[in-house]
Amino acid sequence: MTPAIAPIGIGPYLFVSAALLVLGVFGIFLNRKNVIILLMSMELILLSANLNLVAFSSAHGDLSGQVMVLFVLTIAAAEAAIGLAIVTVYFRNRGSIQVEDVTMMKG
Amino acid sequence: MSMTSFNWTIAVPEIVLALSGIVILVAGVLQRKGEGFFSSAMLSIAAFAVCGFLVLLSPTGEGYAGTFVNDGFARFMKMLILAGALTAVVLTFSYRTRDKTTLPFETPVLMLFSTLGAMIMASSANLMTLFVGLELSSLSIYILCAMERDSVLSSEAGLKYFVLGSLASGLLLYGISLVYGYAGTMEYTGLVAAIRASGDLPMGLIVGIVFIVTGLCFKLSAVPFHMWTPDVYQGAPTPVTAYMAGAPKFAAFALFLRVMAGPFGTVAPRWQILIETVSVLSMVYGAFAAIPQGNIKRLMAYSSIGHMGYAMMGLAAASLAGVQATLIYLAAYFVMNAGVFACITAMRRKGREVVSISDLAGLGRTDPAMAAVLALFMFSMVGAPPLAGFFGKFLVFAAAWQSGLYVLVVIGALSSIVGAYYYLRIVKVMYFDSPAEVLDRPAPSLLFVSGSMGLATALFVAGMGPLMAWAHQAALALGG
Repeated sequence: MTPAIAPIGIGPYLFVSAALLVLGVFGIFLNRKNVIILLMSMELILLSANLNLVAFSSAHGDLSGQVMVLFVLTIAAAEAAIGLAIVTVYFRNRGSIQVEDVTMMKG
Repeated sequence: MSMTSFNWTIAVPEIVLALSGIVILVAGVLQRKGEGFFSSAMLSIAAFAVCGFLVLLSPTGEGYAGTFVNDGFARFMKMLILAGALTAVVLTFSYRTRDKTTLPFETPVLMLFSTLGAMIMASSANLMTLFVGLELSSLSIYILCAMERDSVLSSEAGLKYFVLGSLASGLLLYGISLVYGYAGTMEYTGLVAAIRASGDLPMGLIVGIVFIVTGLCFKLSAVPFHMWTPDVYQGAPTPVTAYMAGAPKFAAFALFLRVMAGPFGTVAPRWQILIETVSVLSMVYGAFAAIPQGNIKRLMAYSSIGHMGYAMMGLAAASLAGVQATLIYLAAYFVMNAGVFACITAMRRKGREVVSISDLAGLGRTDPAMAAVLALFMFSMVGAPPLAGFFGKFLVFAAAWQSGLYVLVVIGALSSIVGAYYYLRIVKVMYFDSPAEVLDRPAPSLLFVSGSMGLATALFVAGMGPLMAWAHQAALALGG
């Protein structure tokens, strides 16, 4: 382990990122209110993976994890932009972005 | 891993496709509003054709500092992906939205970029390439689903696919981070070495593999991660649905085979049971859930869930014959699926799209040619010899049997009998029910796709020899 991460070890990082992942997943499945909250939950999931990648990258002394984080941040930005665009289009057609209203198709 | 040679020529097809995408986009913007569609679609088709030739000519090897690989397997999957994308773009020509306009000119370009992502997935040699390719492919499809901007159904489909698709990508990424952490590398070759070196797999690595499998199953719409499929298939514009049922599925399978048979191939007994379970659930669910459907697009969604289950059987066999069988299955799935979607796109009455199965009533008398072709596809989906679907099913069953997965084969055979009920119900509606109002004459582009795919389905046996040899080579490239 390199000195940067040695004092506290990798455990706490993994714990925090697992907690973020669980928060994100629950945010998507338990949230019945607003689509915007879904977008926030997705960001949480991606960030939890990023935290993992950076912590492992530091622990291994290998840069590819940090390179990956840069890619993921870019992709997350594109994803958020597309998500908001779709939410806007949806709102224009339906007049609501409540999660419980997204039920035109069933069966 | 050789970092010495950059070897940039192995990605020439991808580079050409990316550049043509950008050029077509600019050309489309420069046209007057609402007029760019035809040229944009024609140029995309040309780009796919050129790219197909380049794929066939592209050299074997690794490049880009070990992140990108080109081999027989990549070429096979890329040709399938390109063929799927090309037929989907041809279907957009005659498609008119609910307010009688063409789709925006960005539609073929987005399909092109999504195809580019799918091709990168097929060539990935590194978890980083895998993720970036997957996201390029998925992000384009989110937009495509919501392309019919004034339709509630289309935007709802886009929203649903976006939410669930990004969740899947997030889980996949978390899996990648765990695999990276516990194996110490993202390169597939490095992963193989790391897994061989560790006698007992660390728990974190197993959890990582499970997360990656979950993410990929989501993209494949395999049960239990299928819930988005029927709604998205129904809501998206029909050519987009046709696209989603083709190219991205092949790409997800390319990834599945490459990752599972490659880096994780040495620990096959650990993940085999996972794939078997998903395969059984998909086959059974696809067969039973399709029975009550009245909407033909929803029916095709359940049908593709089932087909993914069958194709996974070859992967579950974890053998050379299994990989080869899956590849043949996907080729057979491509010809019949593209054909069915050409017929669905042709279902119009007085210019309006109709999608319920009862709208096909009496088609055998009102349009015998289309009814005959659609019936041919349905028999092929059931797996009736000597049509395309039969060879796919036969080969995956044989491969699974050889690997001793008898239960899987029996369940597969039983669920394909249940599946026969809903496929043949369409044939019955077409030939034995009293005619509904006449459907419009199909556009020439649709006749071309359904006719050529009909021929390919009927004469699949003629191409079996070369196709088997090609798939064998592809499977060998993956194993070696």
